[in-house]
Amino acid sequence: MTTSDKSPHLDHDTVRAVADLARLNLTDEEVVRFAGQLGQVLAHAEKLQAVNTADVPPTPYVLSLANVAREDEPAPGLSQEEALANAPEQDRGFFRVKSFFGS
Amino acid sequence: MAAPDLATLTVSGARDGLRSGTWTSEELTTGYLERIRSVDPSVHAFLHVADELALAKAAEADRVRAEGHGEPPPLLGVPLAVKDVLSTQEMDTTCGSRILKGYRPPFTATAVERLQAAGSVLLGKTNTDEFAMGSSTENSGYGPTRNPWDLTRVPGGSSGGSAAAVACGLAPGALGTDTGGSVRQPAAFCGIVGLKPSYGRISRYGLVAFGSSLDQIGPLCRSVEDAALLLEVMAGRDPRDSTTVPEPVPAYSRDLDGDVSGLKLGVPEEYFIDGMQPEVEGRVRDAVEHMAGLGAEIVPVSLPHTDMALPVYYLVVTAEASANLSRYDGVRFGHSAQAGSMTENYRQTRAQGFGDEVKRRIMLGTYALSVGYYDAYYLKAQQVRTLIKRDFDRVFEQVDLLICPATPTTAFEIGDRVDDPLSMYLADVFTLSVNLAGVCGISLPCGTDAAGLPVGLQLIGPHLGEQALLNAAHAYESTTDWHTRVPDPIA
Repeated sequence: MTTSDKSPHLDHDTVRAVADLARLNLTDEEVVRFAGQLGQVLAHAEKLQAVNTADVPPTPYVLSLANVAREDEPAPGLSQEEALANAPEQDRGFFRVKSFFGS
Repeated sequence: MAAPDLATLTVSGARDGLRSGTWTSEELTTGYLERIRSVDPSVHAFLHVADELALAKAAEADRVRAEGHGEPPPLLGVPLAVKDVLSTQEMDTTCGSRILKGYRPPFTATAVERLQAAGSVLLGKTNTDEFAMGSSTENSGYGPTRNPWDLTRVPGGSSGGSAAAVACGLAPGALGTDTGGSVRQPAAFCGIVGLKPSYGRISRYGLVAFGSSLDQIGPLCRSVEDAALLLEVMAGRDPRDSTTVPEPVPAYSRDLDGDVSGLKLGVPEEYFIDGMQPEVEGRVRDAVEHMAGLGAEIVPVSLPHTDMALPVYYLVVTAEASANLSRYDGVRFGHSAQAGSMTENYRQTRAQGFGDEVKRRIMLGTYALSVGYYDAYYLKAQQVRTLIKRDFDRVFEQVDLLICPATPTTAFEIGDRVDDPLSMYLADVFTLSVNLAGVCGISLPCGTDAAGLPVGLQLIGPHLGEQALLNAAHAYESTTDWHTRVPDPIA
């Protein structure tokens, strides 16, 4: 089902722009499919707009705990070897990344 | 040894047999590993079975017991399984995702560490929807798990591997995680007990993050007493998780009294909806009557914002997930596409490593957080979340606990809902609010439908109300026999 006409927020260009923000390559087939499926979910979410939330504070987190601190005691952390153990590529004790510029 | 019946053995039963010398941990562990070898090819509950490691730990547990220095730790030698979203230094942790294939964490989750410190033996890691995103375990990057009651049906999800493993006796108990129902819903589909503790009760350290303001670890097992036992071992403050609450941990299992006389049980009208399976409503109404017969006072109540839970949840959880999953960049761990440039490597790594549902949720969350939509979606959802939480605050001034269904239907067919995300999300419509409000809930078996599939009863308690919750569940369980039923033997 293509809901891009039903849900004006999610045309194919918007899907591509969001995928770009998320650093996620999508195939053309995925763009079409996700536009429909996400449009459907967002259409369902529209019902929230009918709820009066004037003067209602947001709840990002349910606990009243705030500024939790622990004793600042030095303790051993990961060794360099442990930290690098899962790296796809490493070089002389560093994570190796692809070039930022060019190519 | 007197051979234990692994199909029905509980955590407490396994522990008692070890204490009395009826069996050793090595015998028990060998029994489970053999059973996994014969049954799991049909069920696919496990992603990784730790044969050698488990047998070594079992032998060590037997040695500790034989040496007998003082009181043995509470779970000494008891085999357990762990959902593969919990970090284990000794076993790969994939989260059911191809992007973490072969990933071996450099640390172990606090909850798992506490189970190990209590002497338990880890049999392996169980299957899950990728990054716990799903309600059927079909979103696993390593193939679905099947429901032991009917192999053509889903076990629920996302902790479907743990639920299926316990339901067909591949482990007496297992850990799951519950962000929107992922312990309670599969427990309901598989006819076992699943507990979602209050937010902050169990440390999330080492739990691979999905929705950080909602995630909680919880036990799946064959009895309420087992859930209490595992909870008391895992719960409590952890300096490595600043969201753990400082309140002391009661001896939940010791204080299970099964006395509900005078207990006020609220029946929320919004949890009995059009479109739910009539047999589910019927069995749950029977259970309400049963509790009344045990002396509980039944009070009709209302949680008026219940129908907002689904949209609130899917905006909040995807926003949190899209942020949490930005760490999968192909640089420090996990799959790397080895593309030419940095940015293109991110894009291709994530395109290749993530499955459909994870991509959808990253997209939805990124959209809800993006400029121009933040206020209309993410902020609005957080405001309505406040109203949902206030519903619970208000209702728990009137009643002690809530009683309602865990799911609107029994287990559905594999493949039925995979192409329709919204219908898949509806499987969690009765469990989501509990996570949004941060309160605790438990699912336990209360009957079967015409096809013989289990129906789950849900009890909900206030924040840190686990003792009353477990007591009421124990009262129901100890006066009914649904929890003693097991699926027909497989293979």
